[in-house]
Amino acid sequence: MTRAGSLRPRLITLSCAILFAISAGGCTQLANPSAPQSTVFPGSDWGRMIQDLYGLIFWMAVVVFVGVEGFLLYTVIRFRRRREGEAVSQTHGNTLLEVAWTVVPSIVLLMIAVPTISTIFIGDMPPPVTTNPVRVTVIGHQWWWEFRYPDLGVVTANELHLPAGRTATIEVTSADVIHSFWVPKMGGKVDAIPTRINTMWFTPDAAAVGEHFGQCAEFCGLQHANMRMRLFVDTAANFDAWVQQQRAPASAAAAGDAQQGAELFQRSACITCHTIKGTNAQGTIGPDLTHVGSRTTIAAGMIDNTPENLAHWIRDPQGVKVGNKMVLPQVSESDARLFAAYLQSLR
Amino acid sequence: MATATARAAPRAGILARPVAPMGIWSWLTTIDHKRIGILYELTAFIFFLIGGLEALLMRSQLVQPDNTLLGPGQYNALFTMHGTTMIFLVVMPLSAAFFNYIVPLQIGARDVAFPRLNAFSYWVFLSGGVLMNLGFLIGAVPDMGWFAYSPLTSSQFSPSVGVDFWVVGLQVLGVASLAAAFNFLVTIIQMRAPGLSFMRMPLFTWTTFVTSILIVLAFPVIAVALIELMFDRLFGSTFFNVTPAAAGAAAAGGDPILWQHLFWVFAHPEVYILILPAMGIVSEVVPVFSRKPLFGYPFMVYAVVSIAFLSFTVWAHHMFTTGLSAIAMSFFAASTMLIAVPTGIKIFNWISTLYGGSIALKAPAMFALGFIAMFTIGGLSGVMHASPPVDTQQQDTYFVVAHLHYVLFGGSIFALFAGIYYWWPKITGRLLGDGLGQLQFWLMFIGFNLTFGPMHFLGVDGMPRRVYTYSPGMGWELWNVVATIGAFVIGVSVLVFIFNAFKSLRTGERAGDDPWDGMTLEWTIPSPPPHYNFVEIPTVAGRNPLWLQKHPELAGRHVPGADPIATDTGHSGSEGSGAESHDGHHAVHVPDPSYWPLFAGAGIFVAGFGVLLSAGGNLSLLAVTGVGLFIVIVSIFGWSLEPVNEPVQA
Repeated sequence: MTRAGSLRPRLITLSCAILFAISAGGCTQLANPSAPQSTVFPGSDWGRMIQDLYGLIFWMAVVVFVGVEGFLLYTVIRFRRRREGEAVSQTHGNTLLEVAWTVVPSIVLLMIAVPTISTIFIGDMPPPVTTNPVRVTVIGHQWWWEFRYPDLGVVTANELHLPAGRTATIEVTSADVIHSFWVPKMGGKVDAIPTRINTMWFTPDAAAVGEHFGQCAEFCGLQHANMRMRLFVDTAANFDAWVQQQRAPASAAAAGDAQQGAELFQRSACITCHTIKGTNAQGTIGPDLTHVGSRTTIAAGMIDNTPENLAHWIRDPQGVKVGNKMVLPQVSESDARLFAAYLQSLR
Repeated sequence: MATATARAAPRAGILARPVAPMGIWSWLTTIDHKRIGILYELTAFIFFLIGGLEALLMRSQLVQPDNTLLGPGQYNALFTMHGTTMIFLVVMPLSAAFFNYIVPLQIGARDVAFPRLNAFSYWVFLSGGVLMNLGFLIGAVPDMGWFAYSPLTSSQFSPSVGVDFWVVGLQVLGVASLAAAFNFLVTIIQMRAPGLSFMRMPLFTWTTFVTSILIVLAFPVIAVALIELMFDRLFGSTFFNVTPAAAGAAAAGGDPILWQHLFWVFAHPEVYILILPAMGIVSEVVPVFSRKPLFGYPFMVYAVVSIAFLSFTVWAHHMFTTGLSAIAMSFFAASTMLIAVPTGIKIFNWISTLYGGSIALKAPAMFALGFIAMFTIGGLSGVMHASPPVDTQQQDTYFVVAHLHYVLFGGSIFALFAGIYYWWPKITGRLLGDGLGQLQFWLMFIGFNLTFGPMHFLGVDGMPRRVYTYSPGMGWELWNVVATIGAFVIGVSVLVFIFNAFKSLRTGERAGDDPWDGMTLEWTIPSPPPHYNFVEIPTVAGRNPLWLQKHPELAGRHVPGADPIATDTGHSGSEGSGAESHDGHHAVHVPDPSYWPLFAGAGIFVAGFGVLLSAGGNLSLLAVTGVGLFIVIVSIFGWSLEPVNEPVQA
């Protein structure tokens, strides 16, 4: 019995091809541009280089996917058993075919390997634009981020500010276990490894001004999920203003709740772990709080920085984020309100 | 069952060899490769249910943002144990089950080369699996991830003994794997039937052979790494520790990246240890259900060997974000991409085997086809993160979770189910219901794609893996709901399988010797096979000997006149004593069961348990380890000194 003349296989092929084309095309639409941590809507030069490479490999993969799966489906439908005991021609192989499907994929892979390797070397070289770069040292801690700007004298935590259009060189290390610094909008991740410093660079686009999400991308223990960060890409003027503000010592609390909170703070155990520049608080275990009031979130990007959340955090840090290193004696509700008022005033 | 004929040189061992044919002791002391295969299969299946339950709990936690079903510690323990369980206690032993049951049958042997070592492998595997899971009983479950990155595993950052359970459990499992691998290497090299040259071996036997080589080369690396980690934790050595012992003390000087190198030098070949047997199974099922011999057999063999070789050259692609040099990254990117070539050759040859065939879409074939389709997707996403810059966006996101499940679930698990449906009738004598099999396949196929397909999107949208929670507004809600629904559909499909299995055992259709019109030697003997397998060792005159025998008209270029399967009557009597066997066939020599593999395995369990007791800080409890090792040594002596068969009592 010959099957080749029938119309059905061709219809099957056609419908398979359409199905695959739709599903493959759909894939690109499924990336969610409003996802704050999306990896495929880059906002920096380095991020774009990665995305271009990914786009190339992705579309090649789509072609191979449609071809292989389509051919598989076609073969299975076309050659499905129609009656028992069908005689089947016993082919054993074809050397020419074997050579073909060794050589053709090799060529396809070469088309991926060449731009891959050139991108690797670009990423490994010094940044292309070296005028006026911003240097940042990123130190991973269980479970928060310390950001130091050695040339600017700024130390902050969990919220990184970078100016648009200036290349940032990021030096990543860790104070304890391995973490990974990752703000997808800017590019790939870099591991934070104790005793080692890994560097990366990227230049935020002018169009990327705004808030971007990032988080630790290497499992680092109990609260890995809540080791998050924010990146604020600022205009040049806003960045300079931010730097001026951050360099200043803590503003003296004027009066009222904030001032009472300041007195409480200086007498509390808080000062053994936290630094507030210009005060007795010079601890280095926890985040620098000199300008904590200017941050949008607390507990490493976990909750919004509001007076209520801050007071709650101070009363029950282990309830908010179990396992974190902040262990302190029970604070009364009124004292927590005073602490929060003080910390909120540190802008 | 004992025979009346006196055996040569009756000599008693320390313990009499047990001879009961049935009952619990016959299973505990069995050295029959088929029974050991069944034990592996059952044990691995129980671990499969445990690992699956762990997955369902994780998916339930992630179904909505800020969920509080599980705490961070519980979630971290679950993903650590899920990964460890599925790799070491499910896919590896399920493959080992088929190595055990099927390989001797495919090569025309009566057992493996070292039957007692084989039993020992199983008992040590069981010990390791139990030690690994023992932490659940005392609430100290490993929670540092299956990759156990240093320095998170140091006693400073992981003071719980959970890590020690993992270290000891994995070390013991390695002993089991190594013993089994050596056994299968010797079996395949030495015990092939006359005429069954290497290039006539069934592909599943080939993949068993190559997988065994990978185990022999890869497991010593993790053994060394685990000993170093154990020393760091127990005795304060500094292989990986970087943090000073006390404030102000000198840095410990260890290197956490050393652990990553050692771990991945082992763990990447391990990935192929998990997938090659699956490829072997698919290479058996596809030809039989297409009624065509495997297309491009020699190329399929070369591809398996090349994949195995390349698997040792790609480990650092797990480390593209650790700060490797550009040269190193380029090398590992290129070597990783290169693996796609032999993998592609396999996929094209499977499809070409199907092409022009008469494809029976029975359950084993459905799972094998599912394997080809899903493994292709996993392979393509693998090529994406072979590119280091791209990988820096994908590593440690759900994109990688999707990729690895398309390879290890869509790949290995689908193929293992193909193997279960294919060889079940040989093992039990009854067929699994095909209707229920189709139902299970479609449920599993749909559930699988619902679960892991959306994880590609989650990864692209930036969701990291190994997070117990996430905030609303990240754009991850929808796909997490879909993935959780899919996971429960997979759960239902497994229940369908269990029902099918019980139904088959009670009322399943009798299979006969050769229910699928098979091609290889295992289908020439009864189902289930007698415990000596072959009455007479066959002589093989070609690939797919049974197929050639049944369909000489299809033989094509096959040597005319040669009988594809001859029996060599002189061969089978050459070993043993010439005793009459149970059903009248002459000279079927099978050694008696033995207590010693069980005792040696128990000794290793006690030794491992001693390490765990002392992990609490009291090193004098290492004496328990001494006791365990003493049991092992005594067992080895008893083992060496016992006769092949228990001398027959007067």
